[in-house]
Amino acid sequence: MNATSPTQALLLATILFTIGMLGVLARRNLLLMLMSIEIMLNAAALAFIAAGARWHAAQGQVMFLMILSLAAAEAAVGLAIILRLHAAGRPTLDADTGNRLKG
Amino acid sequence: MSDLPFILFSLVAAWAAIMVVTRDIAVHALLYLVVVLLSLAGVFFALGAPFAAMLEIIIYAGAVMVLFVFVVMMLNLGQTDRDRERHWMAPGVWIGPTLLSGLLLIALCLTLRAMPPTTGSDTLAPIGPQTVGILLYGPYVLSVELASFLLLAGLVSAFHIGRDTRATGVNSGTATGDV
Repeated sequence: MNATSPTQALLLATILFTIGMLGVLARRNLLLMLMSIEIMLNAAALAFIAAGARWHAAQGQVMFLMILSLAAAEAAVGLAIILRLHAAGRPTLDADTGNRLKG
Repeated sequence: MSDLPFILFSLVAAWAAIMVVTRDIAVHALLYLVVVLLSLAGVFFALGAPFAAMLEIIIYAGAVMVLFVFVVMMLNLGQTDRDRERHWMAPGVWIGPTLLSGLLLIALCLTLRAMPPTTGSDTLAPIGPQTVGILLYGPYVLSVELASFLLLAGLVSAFHIGRDTRATGVNSGTATGDV
């Protein structure tokens, strides 16, 4: 029964990616959009891990480490931009009003 | 049935992810996101990747989520966002796209079901950190360097974007109050 695990993991990755993409499309709060992007990155990492388990290759975990560093850098830059927007006197975190970022 | 923990972790992850994207308050979504990451660590462990599971807990659920918590604590979010998002979340808007993407999901499930089963050993042998480390610092050492460059670029740009401009006087007065 354990042999079907990579397939189910791929299915879970699909579901998580869909939920994350729905969050990015539907939510306008910048923080929640960043969280949804984190969910999507985790789904991609899960797909790599599942493929590595399917073919018993450690390259999946190597790619997981790359995705992990990418997600850390992305979270740092995104949160810095959010703090910058908030420090510029913006009352909301609406992504549609973020087109006037200067400096 | 040895697959039961995996299914349990998967259900918890999917349900918590749905809760993340539907919460009104950012802190609640953040707590559910931590649940998503912890259950994904369980999924990784069930898939035979203990090293990835530990990194998921330590770096994602530990470091990155602490970063998010700090930012949520530094911001005070207003009511107008919530009202506007409620308008976006009207159910009539989502019927057509949901039906179409549901069809796509059904097709994808059928394709995955038709995938041939694992040809080798039926059990998922775990891939330990030693194997990953040897591979990482052997043929993939260039990508390790690239990852360190990426992290350095993220550090520099976060510092540049987030610096206090009032103290130095650079760009002072721009984008204040013109919302």
